[in-house]
Amino acid sequence: MLLTGAEIIMECLLREGVEVMFGYPGGAILPTYDAMTKYPQLHHVLVRHEQGAAHMADGYARATGRVGVAIATSGPGATNLVTGIATAMMDSSPIVCITGQVTRGAIGSDAFQETDVTGVTLPITKHNYLVDDVADLAYIIREAFHIARTGRPGPVLIDVPKDVQNAQTEFIYPEGEIRLPGYRPPTQASQDEVSAALDLINSAQRPIILAGHGIMMADAMAELRELAERAQIPVSLTLLGKGAIPENHPLVTRMMGMHGEAASNYAIQEADLIIALGMRFDDRVTGNIKTYAPNARKIHVDIDASELNKNVKVDVGIAGDVKTVLRQFLPGVKAAQHPQWIARIRDWQEDSSERDVLQVGAESKLLSAQVINDLWHFTEGNAVTITDVGQHQMVEAQYYPHQRPSTLITSGGLGTMGFGLPAAIGAKFGKPDEEVWAIVGDGGFQMTLCELATAVQENVNINIAIINNAFLGMVRQWQEFFYEERYHATPMISPDFCKLAEAYGIPSMRVTSREQVEESVKFARSINGPKLIEYVVEKEEIVYPMVPAGADLHNMIRRPKPGEEVKS
Amino acid sequence: MSEQSSEKFTIAALVENKPGVLNRVASLFRRRNFNMDSLTVGRTHRPFVSRMTIVVDGARTDARRIAANLYKLVNVIDVKVVSQEPHVSRDLALIKVRSDDADSRNALTLLCERYPARIVDIGAKYAIVEITAPEDVVEAMIRELDPIGIVEMVRTGVVAMGRGTRILDTEYVPQLTNSKNGNHQAYSV
Repeated sequence: MLLTGAEIIMECLLREGVEVMFGYPGGAILPTYDAMTKYPQLHHVLVRHEQGAAHMADGYARATGRVGVAIATSGPGATNLVTGIATAMMDSSPIVCITGQVTRGAIGSDAFQETDVTGVTLPITKHNYLVDDVADLAYIIREAFHIARTGRPGPVLIDVPKDVQNAQTEFIYPEGEIRLPGYRPPTQASQDEVSAALDLINSAQRPIILAGHGIMMADAMAELRELAERAQIPVSLTLLGKGAIPENHPLVTRMMGMHGEAASNYAIQEADLIIALGMRFDDRVTGNIKTYAPNARKIHVDIDASELNKNVKVDVGIAGDVKTVLRQFLPGVKAAQHPQWIARIRDWQEDSSERDVLQVGAESKLLSAQVINDLWHFTEGNAVTITDVGQHQMVEAQYYPHQRPSTLITSGGLGTMGFGLPAAIGAKFGKPDEEVWAIVGDGGFQMTLCELATAVQENVNINIAIINNAFLGMVRQWQEFFYEERYHATPMISPDFCKLAEAYGIPSMRVTSREQVEESVKFARSINGPKLIEYVVEKEEIVYPMVPAGADLHNMIRRPKPGEEVKS
Repeated sequence: MSEQSSEKFTIAALVENKPGVLNRVASLFRRRNFNMDSLTVGRTHRPFVSRMTIVVDGARTDARRIAANLYKLVNVIDVKVVSQEPHVSRDLALIKVRSDDADSRNALTLLCERYPARIVDIGAKYAIVEITAPEDVVEAMIRELDPIGIVEMVRTGVVAMGRGTRILDTEYVPQLTNSKNGNHQAYSV
């Protein structure tokens, strides 16, 4: 069958199981947009800025585990994708971006809307392609999806010159094995590695598991739980690891790191064994690397061999699929109890709950922790939440416990403000039957608020919760702690968010007191389509605890207990 | 004599012979802040495979970490730290030296007897000396040539190969597509 390059793109997307594409047309991608008219089963979502398309593809991918697709034109269309691609790269999210390029003959001539997109995206993609011949296109698309979703997932970009989209060739879909000699993701541990790890696990007195995003990407939740329960090993979670095990599980110490639970951080520092599974010892997780977990032997399992011994030197480093490796471990894991160790963690948790802002904060003002904890309560802890970046993100991590995998979608590695709203739109396309809440700050929301129009045009049933403190709150917090309260460039004047919503035709509600939070959830649930709720909260809240950047993990700034002196 | 000073590592990488692969490797070293001493790339006996030899400063970066990162690149077929095991390494230099009097010409001739080097071009003013040797031997000769008067120099960078049965090779044949002019060929991306 003789097809154009543009039609081949559509045929291949169909065969990859794609159901929705997020994109924005333009000159160099127009043949592909024209071909879309022949493929109505591939739904195209018109975004308002290409960054939104990449974040939507990312949100879709994280919600479903399937590959998200973003499409943009050459030049500015493609460069606008860059932040979204870098976000997906840092958080190992499988997306495929298809960009138009100027015709082959014009490449290198500084043609209108020409950018060296494969050059620009080389360091922020898992792999990328510039298609030189229409006969290669089907192979490349198939490879791209394979690379994006296997091993350590990540973004792949395919740059397709306009004349390649127009060129015709005999379309034969490449069936059979994909031949990529330099691409062999590791699978399992060697027998030596398994026994070395088991020796450490079975002899540990104060073990702790650090569970990351990889647990969910490898679908290893059951194996993780089995390991933790059988050997009674406490489990601490990375931000992206939330959902790897139900957070109300008695062995779970919840989040670790800069704004993690004090109990997690103290436990890591006192542990005699760390079992790190599908996580990468990010600096936000370790604090000062020189004093990190000084008493612990370390086992590290990750699908990416280059992560082993990168930040933290480990005793047993295993490059492999964490589900496969845990299944290799489990037959040799002996049942154990660590009553003293677990009691010690309980004491830290007791101390934390005495400091909890929900206990302490009997103030008249509405606090973001109250809002988010009430949202958790009234959504039965069952929503898919997508956050932006900043204080509200950390408050979500602390006050919205997640019971199911892939129900928190957040930009962890890159910390991309503006991620929340578009990622929520993408997530809702992936999980249409779930209740989706975008929890965003007033700062990040304004970076991508143009996607409100996308939500309206597609009637995406999402709840947009703006936690408005009239500050770039996290930066303000740093200024308070480390820059002597010089609040420069952090106070924010925002539009009237409810009027803004009205302009888009979006129903809205403003919440200024705690009593209204329950009502706001009822309001949100009463409307099918996007709706916006502004929660006007205390301006100068602080997210506790906090490990200052580069400080020792156990040297946290804690919220004072009632009656304690406030640190000046 | 050791083939190389101890803090340097030599890594050999088999890569797909496609445009942009050198760029990917160079970009990796830049963005991971790995320090590269030299990089050479050339074809192998297999039409679709090129081979790179990369010398890195091991005092600054762990060679295994570099190898793991190289291996992550889709176009890199195989990686080996050849300097961990017995190997042969060679650097080639062309050095243009003053040769405008009897003393300088005599000195050059004597040096070329002591080093694996030869004079490949000689004129009234300058001679070109070619040396092919391990890197430190090349360095030593350059030090001895310096007093005579070096006016120009070019070096290939180190190439290396494991001794004996240590073979770094691949059976790789790429996916062949029904490409240009109906000929089956490896696609070029």
